[in-house]
Amino acid sequence: MNDKTAIEAHNLTVSYNRRPVLWNVDFELPAGQVIGIIGPNGSGKTTLLKAIMDLVKKSSGYVKLFEQDLEEVRERISYVPQRESVDWDFPASVMDVVLMGRYRKNKLLKRLSKADRDLAAEALEKVNMLEYSNRQISQLSGGQQQRVFIARSLAQGADLYIMDEPFVGVDAATEEAIMLLMQEMKKEGKTVVVVHHDLQTAKLYFDWIVLLNTRLVASGPKDQIFNEALLQEAYGGKLNVLSKVGELIKEKDFPVREK
Amino acid sequence: MKETLEFFSFSDPNVRFVVLGTMILGATAAMVGSFAFLRKRALVGDAIAHAILPGVCLSFMVSGDKNPIALIIGAVISGWLSLMVIDGISRTTKLKSDAAIGIVLSVFFGFGILLLTSIQNSGNAAQSGLDNFLFGKAASLTQDDILIFSGIGLVLIVLVLLFYKEFKLISFNPDYAKVIGLPVKFLEFLLATITVLSVAVGIQAVGVVLMAALLITPASGARFWTNKLSYMILIATVFGALSGLMGSYVSYVAPAMPTGPWVVMCLSLLTISSIWFAPKRGMFARFKQHRDNKKKILQENILKLFYHLGEANQDFEAGRSFATLKASRELSESELDRGLKLLKQQNYLRKMTDLWYITQAGLEASKRVIKLHRLWEMYLNQRLKLEPDHVHNDAEAIEHIITPEIEQQLERELDFPVKDPHQSTIPYQES
Repeated sequence: MNDKTAIEAHNLTVSYNRRPVLWNVDFELPAGQVIGIIGPNGSGKTTLLKAIMDLVKKSSGYVKLFEQDLEEVRERISYVPQRESVDWDFPASVMDVVLMGRYRKNKLLKRLSKADRDLAAEALEKVNMLEYSNRQISQLSGGQQQRVFIARSLAQGADLYIMDEPFVGVDAATEEAIMLLMQEMKKEGKTVVVVHHDLQTAKLYFDWIVLLNTRLVASGPKDQIFNEALLQEAYGGKLNVLSKVGELIKEKDFPVREK
Repeated sequence: MKETLEFFSFSDPNVRFVVLGTMILGATAAMVGSFAFLRKRALVGDAIAHAILPGVCLSFMVSGDKNPIALIIGAVISGWLSLMVIDGISRTTKLKSDAAIGIVLSVFFGFGILLLTSIQNSGNAAQSGLDNFLFGKAASLTQDDILIFSGIGLVLIVLVLLFYKEFKLISFNPDYAKVIGLPVKFLEFLLATITVLSVAVGIQAVGVVLMAALLITPASGARFWTNKLSYMILIATVFGALSGLMGSYVSYVAPAMPTGPWVVMCLSLLTISSIWFAPKRGMFARFKQHRDNKKKILQENILKLFYHLGEANQDFEAGRSFATLKASRELSESELDRGLKLLKQQNYLRKMTDLWYITQAGLEASKRVIKLHRLWEMYLNQRLKLEPDHVHNDAEAIEHIITPEIEQQLERELDFPVKDPHQSTIPYQES
């Protein structure tokens, strides 16, 4: 595959509870890079990922993945949701969860094969969790849970990996393991897009940075992005008028596009 | 006794029908309900059960008799409708799903009661027995009923088995299921239909009010026994079937007793026992764990006491009287007595002419606890930068829980220190 652009968002506006949380976000992200989406709390980072994965309704705009619609390239995309988005007391083992990465639409009524199990084991090996494969997920530490989620995603064998806050609440060893893994994936030509909130480490981890605060502040190679003015703009609070208009749209239940 | 034998010989065809019917209904509801339980939708089952009544009544008004298939079709339609309304309310209004469930449940049920009353007053002779839907009619299940129930039950079980892994995923992480392209809408529709169907047939045994118990209680009990989904569903199904059997038995030997409520009683008994007696997750296991912890702390504290006394006068082999031991540590007489006896059983202590002596094994064990205490104090002092006068109380508790693995790690990380922050010597075992 010789795709140049991994993700293109065009004029993306997304509302949550009727209030727009992303305004006209427009960017192109290059393939084969480790990309960080950075912004303060409530800046719409998770919503952006969910809009890319078609998990929330877009009020306007579109997203292309490898220059196609999600439906056509689904097999090449893998998504790692936030660790807290599931109940870890669910009765399942580590292996059960990683095997979920091998479920497919066209395998609905079929059992998983030996090859699926091998791929799952291989994915667990990559995150150093193979010895825990029979462990109950309720008995894992936060970092181990995160690694299980990443292993599930690796088991899919995709080209583009989209991860929501993989570094939150994990131990130092896991953080380093994930970082090394991202570099390795890059070497294999994969694209990794990560939502991240820590500015300190962002510069170390990523090649390309998207600065987000409800609107797109900047998107580009990290050297161009890490300057005082842009960071100030992203972290310096929300735009007053923009927030007010958002509130108004919510209150009047107004559409964000005439149609 | 005679009745018990009669019952379990299953020679009476009526007994066979009732037992088989309640067992199938119990098992199916339990299996299907496991997913409602895992998806934290316990109350939805209750709403469906209540919402089914108007469907049953309307279908009777249309068809004019109590054909079970017609009634089930009516039940499924109104059960389905209630689910859609609940979903619609929580999606389009600001109301949360619990409020939506409450509204739908009472509105549908109220409407059902209205219809039922008007049918009862219509003078139609065929209506007698329709109110069985309110409280169930397990005791009067007929051969036809059983055939229909087992047919439906079988279909539901096969469907759950076929879509087992997908149902597992949409219960655990529905967003992920969507992202990898599974037809989540279809799967949710299927699971909802299965639930409505199992409620529609189950209701005939235990009635509207008790139906939710048949769905949710088995899974809640089964969860205590295992961490594996397949086992959990299996145990829940066995609970469901078993309580069907037990409930019919009670109502057979005591004919004045209704079957449905007894099925639910037996089910509750199974679940309450699970909450208490299940290994690891059960209350009893947790009490035992607490007791074992206390016992360990008591014994290790007494061993430490011997070490401290020995350290003070550089004589570890001297005998100590009960009074000396009692005076040197805040322990009640009975606690000290119990601890000494436990340690004697393990040959850590010996008793001769009213004096207690520590054995070689006991001394080694006491050294380990002392070492852990002082290592932990060092760790707090060096790594957490706590002042030496702030580390003792913490170490007093932590010394009992450190595993050999962490012990090695501590030793390595602190590089085998000789003195603790209070300048006491850290004893290492001679290996």
